[in-house]
Amino acid sequence: MKTFEYASPNSLKDALGLLSDTWGETEILAGGTDLLTSIKQDVTAPRLVVSLKEVKGLSGIDSKGGNLSIGATTKLKDLIANEDVQKHFPGLVTAAKNIGSAQIINAGTVAGDLLQRPRCWYFRNGFGLFGMAGGKELVPDGDNRYHAIFGNGGKAKFVNPSSLAPLLIALGAGIDVQGPKKERSVKAADFFSTPKTESEREYALQANEIVTGISIPLSGKKNGIYEVRHRLGLDWPMVAAAVAFDESGGRIRNASVVLGHVAPTPWVAERATAVLNGQSRKAGAQAAGNAAAQGATPLSKNAYKVSQVKVAVRRAIEAV
Amino acid sequence: MAKNAWPSADRRKNIGARVSRLDGPVKVTGVAKYAYDVKRENMLYAKILQSSIAVGTLTEVDTSAAEKMPGVVAIIVQKDGQGNLPKISYAGDMVATVAAETEEIAMEALKRIKVSYEAGVPQMDDKDPSKASGRDQKKDQGLDDDNLSADEKLKQVFAAADTVSEGYYGLPIITHCSLEPHGQVTEFREGELYVWPSTQNVSGYANGLTRSTGLSADQIHVDCQYMGGGFGSKFSTDKWGEVGAQLSKQTGRPVKLMLERDQELTTAGHRPSAFANVKVGVKADGAITAMEVHAWGSGGQRRFRIPPTPYVFTKIPHYRTLGQSILTNRGLTRAWRGPNHPQAALITMSALADAAAALGMDELAFFKKNVGLTDRAEVYAEEMDVAAKLIGYREKAHLRGDKTPGPIKRGLGMSIHTWGGKGHNSTCAVTINPDGSAVGRMGTQDLGTGTRTVIAIVLADTLGLNVDEVRVEMGSNALPTSRASGGSSTVGGVSTSMRDASTNALNTLLDKVAPELGVPAEKLEAWGGRIQEVGKPSNSLAWKDACGLLGAMAITEQGANPTSDGTNLTTGGVGGCNIADVSVDIETGIVTMNEYVSVQDVGLVMDEKTAESQLYGGAIMGITYALFEEGIYDPTTGAMLNKDMEFYRLAGMGDIGTIKVHLMRGPKYEDRGVVGIGEPAVLSQGAAISNAVANAIGVRVPELPLTPDRVLDALSKGGVA
Ligand SMILES: Cc1cc2nc3c(=O)[nH]c(=O)nc-3n(C[C@H](O)[C@H](O)[C@H](O)COP(=O)(O)OP(=O)(O)OC[C@H]3O[C@@H](n4cnc5c(N)ncnc54)[C@H](O)[C@@H]3O)c2cc1C
Repeated sequence: MKTFEYASPNSLKDALGLLSDTWGETEILAGGTDLLTSIKQDVTAPRLVVSLKEVKGLSGIDSKGGNLSIGATTKLKDLIANEDVQKHFPGLVTAAKNIGSAQIINAGTVAGDLLQRPRCWYFRNGFGLFGMAGGKELVPDGDNRYHAIFGNGGKAKFVNPSSLAPLLIALGAGIDVQGPKKERSVKAADFFSTPKTESEREYALQANEIVTGISIPLSGKKNGIYEVRHRLGLDWPMVAAAVAFDESGGRIRNASVVLGHVAPTPWVAERATAVLNGQSRKAGAQAAGNAAAQGATPLSKNAYKVSQVKVAVRRAIEAV
Repeated sequence: MAKNAWPSADRRKNIGARVSRLDGPVKVTGVAKYAYDVKRENMLYAKILQSSIAVGTLTEVDTSAAEKMPGVVAIIVQKDGQGNLPKISYAGDMVATVAAETEEIAMEALKRIKVSYEAGVPQMDDKDPSKASGRDQKKDQGLDDDNLSADEKLKQVFAAADTVSEGYYGLPIITHCSLEPHGQVTEFREGELYVWPSTQNVSGYANGLTRSTGLSADQIHVDCQYMGGGFGSKFSTDKWGEVGAQLSKQTGRPVKLMLERDQELTTAGHRPSAFANVKVGVKADGAITAMEVHAWGSGGQRRFRIPPTPYVFTKIPHYRTLGQSILTNRGLTRAWRGPNHPQAALITMSALADAAAALGMDELAFFKKNVGLTDRAEVYAEEMDVAAKLIGYREKAHLRGDKTPGPIKRGLGMSIHTWGGKGHNSTCAVTINPDGSAVGRMGTQDLGTGTRTVIAIVLADTLGLNVDEVRVEMGSNALPTSRASGGSSTVGGVSTSMRDASTNALNTLLDKVAPELGVPAEKLEAWGGRIQEVGKPSNSLAWKDACGLLGAMAITEQGANPTSDGTNLTTGGVGGCNIADVSVDIETGIVTMNEYVSVQDVGLVMDEKTAESQLYGGAIMGITYALFEEGIYDPTTGAMLNKDMEFYRLAGMGDIGTIKVHLMRGPKYEDRGVVGIGEPAVLSQGAAISNAVANAIGVRVPELPLTPDRVLDALSKGGVA
């Protein structure tokens, strides 16, 4: 760990003014449950840490204009306890609850969950985002049991760790971002990206931008998630599936299936979506599960995740 | 005269009762000070730089930039015996240590040390027996024959079996992962050294520091009142103990040097892996006739010793074991609770359960049928009945492969185990003061197991007092010496020496009281807070009044194990039986614990509550290594990849299911004397849970931990799916 300076501005403007436009020079601190670990592990060594704790107006949950808006620094515990979230987005409640640690749920924030860095153990042990040593990629021949089974053709083989992201994508949510000059909203589906170089991050955010909130359309879609978890709490899932769809006359429509923990980004399972639309749940669930697993390119030690994908998608659909 | 023997059952007030641990309140309120909590005035903080390569040599360690950092006070670079930079044999080996004004400065200074290496290629593979080196370890039983070679005889006995089952079983290297990491605080004062270590070896600790400090052992004062787990990894002073003491000497200031969590995982202790191909020959009626074990594994750079197989069933008429050691570039092996027994249990009990399954025989019936092949047939048979009843075996049991529809399959599995646990050498002193206060003193340690409480129980019961009326002083090497706490040897050792010393002290008191009560000392006893004539409580003195007869001079008497009069109050050799009840989701590969039953013989139970607590804790630790724990290393660089508590997984409360424990009590078990329970509590879980999973899904998952990937892989090759 390197010594750093700490700032705790109380307005968004001041916070933005402190941020560097180069990743790693400054870091934003929300609940700190990931950032502090990252600093201790030397994943990042910022000169300045900018806390959002005192920044007003960044937390809270409101419904306005057909959307549910969730402030960036809303604690996971408040997300779980919110009645609107419980009513409209039960899958989000399940996802947050499954994190299974009172400490993390009490301290961690919604934006922090989306922006937490990959847990890849090569990344966390000093081998960089792509797991390199002496010019060699370590992951293919190494221990890749928790690595990606989709989207792993390039150097990035880690998985996106967020449990909230897949369902937000399935629900068509938008991420509100404030930069030094302008404000913008990015579709959750476009927010996550696979870095091509070590100096990029895993999302469409600039180093000097702050996520201010998330808006989820109150579309009335049924939604839910299923996570395959080895240990009950204090752990990330091995595989997760999020689903959202309309259902009328026993038929599924407007479906969306998004996988978590299988690729460097949340993974939209387009084939599963195609299979599901127009089907009954019973007929569609298994077919969608199998379709979701198609095209997987498992590494040497993680073919089991392909089987888990099939089950997770099916169970997510059945349980909604 | 009081006798130096355990009191008869009607004269045990605290012994065998449910006494709450005496240090419970100070621990839960945070008052108890661990080494980690020790804070001395003007103290420096030391941090260790570890090697990033797994094998090779250090060519240069340049500390100049670190030295220039404000707040850095001293730096020590590791040297080998010849004063050269040391060879590196694993990623995490100690390279240098910085002492600074704050932890943060020390950490940052580590980054400014420039290390040059000549790196070799690490050898990380412990699964391939062709990588073995050194002598083979071989043992044959029942293979002598006038006409046949041992090899031919082995062939013959297997040919004569009705069924031969073969299997492969294994378990990886795991670490000790002590909750309180290794380390110590050291302080030089007036030419002598004061140390607050986290240690399992209070009386012996100072010996490890004489060479590096140039002090004699009597000038080194050790204090460890509470410690947060060691499991066999905290016997020695270690390199960081030596370096901490040197830094204190060099700077003249107290130094705190505790390992970080990642260092605890990479350097502070590993349990060796073990893998084995096993062949079992059985008769159609289930009788085991032959066994062949080829086992290999790795203890890092230390030689792997073959686990004692066949385990428990040592009277199998014909067997051969072959052990081979593989050296790998991992941190050093240290004793891990019941060294080699969890491995032996997994290898043996899984192979036997597979043999039962091959015969289509119920597992419990099979183990019972062969119980005569153990050293403790009667004990195991009784324990199997108790365990079967507790888990509801008859209602739940089925042959291998749960045939009920749906993805969740349920199964039962069992294992039996053994351990020694005889008391170690221990000395102590008991003082009875004229005001009636009584104190027992001994240089032993309480690893969190309840040792302090047991010592107080013995002292109190001997003097006829309540536990809160006596005092125990321990955890300091100024006190009479006791051995290190390892191998379940503590409770037998300390209870014997304390019984001996307190009996001697009581007898001295009885001699004083005898004239006052007008009966010879032989006719007196201490009971219920009084000294009384045996059988005639009306002729008695309250304890305090009796002690008042001492006048100005307190009594101090010594005691020891072994006792001076040759009486034996401790014994070794116990058996235990465990049964696991699990559910397996055959679609996801997740194993869930439903119930776990641990039945144990421990000789004379000293404190039912803390003894049961050992069984509960052992079950949790065992469930953890059965389902989760595994040191994971990168094959290319040798780096430990899960040196954190996120991915070095330990079971949480939600993962352990319901645990039921049972101690075998009554004269038949308890008249044997005191036996330790620390190791027996944690030996069978890997085997029992692996057997339960096999019983549920109809196929063996060969390696621990029983993770979803391994379960799904096994199911892809067979079983109910
Ligand atoms: C043992 C363990 C198990 C876990 N299991 C799960 C799990 O199952 N599923 C899951 O999803 N998560 C899991 N987590 C992760 C946890 O949910 C996250 O650490 C937490 O949500 C992060 O929130 P935070 O507010 O503490 O973020 P911080 O640590 O403060 O920040 C995380 C990152 O986001 C950035 N950041 C935060 N807020 C903003 C913002 N408003 N704008 C721009 N950048 C921002 C920070 O700069 C930092 O890079 C687990 C964590 C642990 C330790």
